[in-house]
Parts: sequence; structure tokens; C-alpha cells
Amino acid sequence: MSTELLDPAQQIDIDRTVGDFRYDVKHEFDAGVGLDHSTIDYISGVKGEPDWIREWRHKALDVFLSKPMPTNWASKDLENIVFENIRYYLAGGQKPSRSWEDVPEDMKRTFERLGIPEQERKFLAGVEAQFDSEAVYSNIKAAVGEQGVIFCGSTEGLIKHPEIFKKWFGKVIPTGDNKFSALNSAVFSGGSFIYVPPGVKVKHPLQAYFRINAENFGQFERTLIIADEGSEVMYMEGCTAPKFETATLHSAVVELVAMKGAKIQYVTVQNWSPNVFNLVTKRAIAHEEAEVKWIDCNIGSRLTMKYPGVVLKGRKARGEVISIALASDGQHQDTGAKMIHAADETTSNIVSKSISIGEGRATYRGLVHVPKHLKGCKNNTECDALLINSHSRTDTYPAITVRGTGNACQHEASVSQISEEQIFYMMSRGLTEAQAMSLSVNGFVNDLVRQFPMEYSVELKRLIDLEMEGSVG
Amino acid sequence: MTPAVLEIESTPEIETVRLLDAGPATEAQRPHWEAFQASPVPVRNEEAWRFSNLKALDLARFTAAQPLDESAREELLGRSVGVPATAGRMVFANDALVAREILADTLKQKGVLWLPLEQALAEHGDLVRSRFMREEAILGGARFAALHASQVRAGTFLYVPKGVEIDLPIEAFHWLSGENASVFPHTLIVAEANSKVTMLDYFESADSQAPGFACGVNDLWLGDGAQVTYVCAQNWSHQALGVQINSTVVGRDAKARVLTVNTGCRYFRSESVSHLRAPGGSSDMLAVTVAEDAQEIDQRTFQIHEAPNTSSDLLYKNALDNSARTIFSGLIRVSPGAHKTDAYQKVRNLLLSDEAEANSMPGLEIEADDVRCTHGATSGQIEEEELFYLLSRGIPLKESQRLIVHGFLEEVLERLAAPAIAERLGGQLHEKFDAKH
Repeated sequence: MSTELLDPAQQIDIDRTVGDFRYDVKHEFDAGVGLDHSTIDYISGVKGEPDWIREWRHKALDVFLSKPMPTNWASKDLENIVFENIRYYLAGGQKPSRSWEDVPEDMKRTFERLGIPEQERKFLAGVEAQFDSEAVYSNIKAAVGEQGVIFCGSTEGLIKHPEIFKKWFGKVIPTGDNKFSALNSAVFSGGSFIYVPPGVKVKHPLQAYFRINAENFGQFERTLIIADEGSEVMYMEGCTAPKFETATLHSAVVELVAMKGAKIQYVTVQNWSPNVFNLVTKRAIAHEEAEVKWIDCNIGSRLTMKYPGVVLKGRKARGEVISIALASDGQHQDTGAKMIHAADETTSNIVSKSISIGEGRATYRGLVHVPKHLKGCKNNTECDALLINSHSRTDTYPAITVRGTGNACQHEASVSQISEEQIFYMMSRGLTEAQAMSLSVNGFVNDLVRQFPMEYSVELKRLIDLEMEGSVG
Repeated sequence: MTPAVLEIESTPEIETVRLLDAGPATEAQRPHWEAFQASPVPVRNEEAWRFSNLKALDLARFTAAQPLDESAREELLGRSVGVPATAGRMVFANDALVAREILADTLKQKGVLWLPLEQALAEHGDLVRSRFMREEAILGGARFAALHASQVRAGTFLYVPKGVEIDLPIEAFHWLSGENASVFPHTLIVAEANSKVTMLDYFESADSQAPGFACGVNDLWLGDGAQVTYVCAQNWSHQALGVQINSTVVGRDAKARVLTVNTGCRYFRSESVSHLRAPGGSSDMLAVTVAEDAQEIDQRTFQIHEAPNTSSDLLYKNALDNSARTIFSGLIRVSPGAHKTDAYQKVRNLLLSDEAEANSMPGLEIEADDVRCTHGATSGQIEEEELFYLLSRGIPLKESQRLIVHGFLEEVLERLAAPAIAERLGGQLHEKFDAKH
């Protein structure tokens, strides 16, 4: 195996090394380095896309080039992204495979280390594993398929199901929403397309893995999930990426549409390696009485900027963001939530907990908007930050706009440190300092971790333990 | 002692000069005028001006203020009603001194200086200049600070020597008179170690519906152990553009308390910064606002903890009616090493109409780990239950609403622990609110 790539000094960092391996994969299709209109034609040609999407990409590229970097409010670290040095498209060239045997051997080895088949054996309804740009392994359990659920890659979705795809694609997050959503719109590849028919309740979570494999390679997956009236679905996304010396860009766009009475839960555990810029736009539209819940956990990356949002468009719609961020040395987790109330009696809840360790920096950025003439809207926001070292940093920047008399918004935030007394007490009971710290931190996030699906919450606790081991002393 | 209007040689009506063409007030202020002219106009995507209505900042129509004749000055002096017992009082109209009274012996004590700015500059130039606008306007208003520095002529300079305590409050009135006129009130307080003083600025317009422009700066300097309470009662005309820039520098174990009461202006921008520079310092930042019709009250605050064991406590309350808008953007920063910081920030909005809009941006930037920092922001309306309770006691609806709003605002005024001042300020709030309800 490729253990020679591991740095012995980093052995403690076991969580990362799970994904810290890389095989030389010969990419049959490679759009080269840099981005211009010929790159778009190349990508669109290779993927065999219809003309409307090619046009759409070209327009998006113009928007991307015309938009300034958001450094008037965001981290100056964004200026370190060199767009000319990034590869915008790589693919194995084959169609997504249905059975495990069809997957090329070298890629299979990568996935085996990620444990995908085991995951599938457990309880997953379908696996959509993204290797670099394209989904190379795609399988939907027969039971789910029979219910009429569509679960495939975004390219397959737009070619095979244009009547559903076109209706919502780019509608929740327009191309010009921000510079990075425009970039994604120009060069997107991979990501999932899910359609759940009316009344269908998908019992098991659908799951996808994303990895960044090639150095200097940006990954721009595009996910669109539509839950039709009264349906329910849970989607889980977990990320690991190998370590590289130069910065890697990941800029996804995820759009969710919950029709009347539908429920969508979107779970993310992000553990990119610490050279990745993770700049993601995620937003949902919730129609009447629909519920959308983003569960978002950010552990890895160099800089993450991600503010999952819900546009509460129908009466009694509900939006929720549960967010955990862990910022270690050299990391900046700039995360938060957006709640746009656009109908009466809509409610939203944001709970964010962040932990800054060493020289890590965690930022909460929020937006709550209750425009005019609405009645009975409610928002509750809670942000708690824990600081573990005197060099760490935490910021909170919410923005709340409320109009009219029928609504209520409240925002609360606190910052604290691990109590010395607690640590002393636990150490006097025989725990090491690291164990005591872990226990404290796990206690801090426990009420949120419990909301994750079981396997994720176990993994999360283990990751926190590992992060804490290096932080004491 | 009856206050007398100061003798000013009657000036013939001078030609109206547009503020933007006025140039500096004196040649010495030319560098500030140049800085103002060179400074960029705020633009929409600046965080410091997020949610602000930038159109309201257009200065084109404003003119330099005209001197007032004696009867006008007499009239404004008569309308200058503050708290019942004061140590002293100054009244300015259109940036000219109208009256100055020294009432309490403590103000005559050796070493206390309480002078109009112009006189202070002439007689104690070095002392004034060592503290005059030494803190930069860091919350977006640098352009207005430069304009102020280039135009300022009137204001008060208060110097309290070491250990001197002035029990009764000191007052200054600033009047703005004339259509589109502009004034630039300045307040500079230097409180030496272990001194104690309370000062109130009242900002008033002769005509409560005349357009005009007021651009004020107040700087408070607290030596070790000093205690300063500063109140800014802002009641400019409802059609005026107002900008007020405050900085408070807090020394070791010193205690600052700043309260702003807002009832005036079409658009008012307040920037308030507390610098906690030495261990043990504390700063209370308070504000209470009644905004109605198309008023916009835009308040930005910054609590900067630079030393260990410092505390700050901010409470801003807004009652909004009609299509009023408020913006609150507050930041607590705890610098590395400022351990044992205790910082609190709370903004509460009470919305009384469907058109009212409250924007809140309570922020934290924490770079030290042994701290206690909390902030909260709430926006809501009068609770049905509270209203029901009062109605069930036979109190009419309008009166019930009025009582609830008064109760909501009262909490801030009580924090002053000075009943006479709270009553005067409460009167200002109630007068405005009750006029409509």
C-alpha cells in the first residue's frame, strides 16, 4: 500500500490519514490547467451535454469573471487562490458503473480504503461515489428504484430527466449568487441528482462520497435534490481528501427543493485535508409545510466558507441548520446559516457550536431575514464558541432584519473556555489531561452530535478525540 | 444668576455658502478639509455601511450656518431646559456660544477647566491639542470625522484634575437653526486619575421639521480610576441628517458610562467606540431610541478589550413605529492577552408597526481564551398577554401600549442611577412617543 506517503510525524493525525493516500490515476480526459471559454467547450463536449447547458456554462463563466472576490467581508486568504493553476476537469472517461466489478482496479483500491462497500453493506440505500469529477460508481438499491426514486449523477440527471432537472436547476441558487456559485455553474461536473416522487418516504439515507484526488484540482460538484409533495429523504455526504502541498479548490453548489409537506435532511461531514479551500453554496427552498434541515459538520480544510440557507417560501415551512465546526492550527472555519422568511408562520432554528484549538479560527456568519407584512414568523439562533488555547480565535457576525409586528427573532451567542475546575476534577479522578479535554469538548457538542445519524455521530466523536490529543500541553 | 445672552456684534446677513464649497473654518483646519475632500464616499458593499441608506448621506444641499440675531438667540436660550440642578451650563446656537453659566463651586475649584472649545484652544492649546480627535473614526465615519475637524468651531472642553469630583451634572446645548444649515458640535472631556464627572449634551433644532445637518464628535478620556458619565440627548429636527462619532478611552480601574437618547433626525448615524486599554477598566454603553415615520437610526458600536480584567456592557433598545428603520451593528473584540474579559452586548427591538424594520448585527471577535463574552439580539412586538393584562384592568388600548413602551425603554435610563437625569431624558422620549399615541 502507499504508506510511504505518510509522514511519521503526522501519525497522530489518524483521522486525516484515512483519506491520505493517492494512486497515480491516468485521467483519460483532462481539461488542462486554467479556465477560459475553450475549457467550457471541452468539458461540455466530453460530457456529451445538450446545447442549452453549454450556453448556460458560457454565460456563467462571464459572470464568474466579472464578479470581484468577496474580500470586502471575507477572509483575505481567498486571494491565495490562483485560478490559472487549477485543473477544472478530469474524468476517467467511463460512464458511472452499476456494479462494483466494472470499476477500474486502481480506483477501486482507493474506494476500498474509504470503506465504501462496507458502508453499503450496512444500511445505505444507494451509493454515489464521486472520484474526482465523475461518479464512477453508482448503485441504487432495488427497493428505492422501485419506488420511483431517481438517484444518479448530475450529468446523467440533466440528460435523462431534463423535464424535472431543468425546472429547478439554477433556480434555488442563481448563477450570479456569488463568485463561486458562478464558477461552479461554469465548470460543474459530478454531484448527485435526486428526485423523490410524491408521498415516497425513503427509509434509509442516500449517501455520496466526494474526494479530491489530483493535485491542483478543483472539484465542482453540483447536487440537486427534489422531494415532491409529502415525500421524505435524507442525504449524507462525507468528505476525505489526500494531502497535497499546493492549495486545492472545492466549490460545490447544492440545491434542495422541498415541495408541499416534504422533508429533506442533508447531512455533511467535511474533513478535507488542510490545503483545501472549501467554498460551498448550499440553499434550499421549502414550500408550504415543508421541512428542510441542514446538519453540517466542518472539521477539515484550510478555509471553509459555507452558509447553508433555507428560503421559507410556503406557509408553515420550517428550516433548520445544525452546525459544528472544529478549527485547528492553520484552519479557518467560516460557517453559518441563512434563513429567508418569505411566508407567514414560517419558523427557523439555527444552532451553531464551534471549537477553536491552537491557532485555529472559527467564524459564525448568519443572516436572518423577515421581510414586510409577514405574520407569525419565528427565528431562534444560538451560537456557542469554545476556545481551547490562548492563540485561537472565534468570531460571530450575524445579521438580522425584521419587519413588522407579527414576528419574533432572537439571537444569542456566547464564548467560553473549558473550565479549569472541570479539568482538575476529572484529572483528580485519574483521567489524563487529554482525556479530560476530550470529554469536555464532547460534552459541549453532545446535544448536536446526537442529531447526526448514528454512524456519523460515532465517527464525529472519534474525530474530536483525535483532534484533542494533539492540542494539550 | 440670570442667564444673559452674550453680546455678539450684530452681523449683517451674509451670503449663503454651500457646505461642500465652504473650505475649512480656519486656515489651520485646511489639512482636515483636504482629507475630507480626498476621502471616499461610502459605498454599498462596505460592511461598515451595510443596510445603511447611503442616499441620506448626500451633503450637497447643506449650507454653512448663519449667525442668529439676538431675539432668536434669546428664544433658543429660553428653550434650553435641562435637569433642575446643574453645576454649569453652556448654550450654543449655530456653532456660536450664546450663554455660559458656572453655578457650582466645584466647577470653580482650582484646576477645573470648563471652556468653549475656541477659548480652550487659545488658552490651553497644548492640553487640548494633545487629546483633540486623537482616536481615529474606525467604524466607517472617517470622512465625517475629517469634515468635522475641518469645520469645528464650537463645543466644550472639560478638564477635571486628579481627584476632583463634580457632583452635579454639567450641561451643554447645541441648537441648529435655519433651513439646510449645518453645525459641528464638539465635546472633549479629559478626566484625570480618580476624578468624577457627569456631562450632558443636548442636540436640538429650532424647527423640528427643518432639514439640516449636524456632524458632531465627542471624545472622552478617563485616567486611572476616573468615573465619567456622558449623555447625548439627540433631538435634532426630524428632517435632519445627523452624524455623531464617539470614542471613549478607559484607563486602569476607570469607569465610563455613555448613554445616547435618540428621538431626532431623518437619518442619524452614531458610531461609538470603547477602548479598554488598562486592566480593571469598565465601560457601559447605553442607547435608547424612539423612531417613527421614515426615521432611520443607524448605530455602530465597538467594544475593544486590549487589557486583562476589563469589562464592557452594552444595552441598546429601539422602539420602532410607522416605517422607521433601525440598524445596529456592534462588535466586541477581545485582543490576544486580554484574559478575564467580561463583555456583554444586547440589542432589543420593539416593533410597533408592520412597516417598521429592525436590522441587528451583533458581532464578536475573540482572540483570548479565558473570557466571558455574550451577546444577544431580539426583535419582537408587544406581547399579547401583557396587553391583555392591562386591558383587563380597564386601561384603554392606546394607554396600555404607551405604558408597555415606556416600561421597555425605562430599563435603559434606570441604568444611569441618576433619577433627575433619567426623568429629563424620559420626558424627551415620552413627548415624542405620546405625540402620536
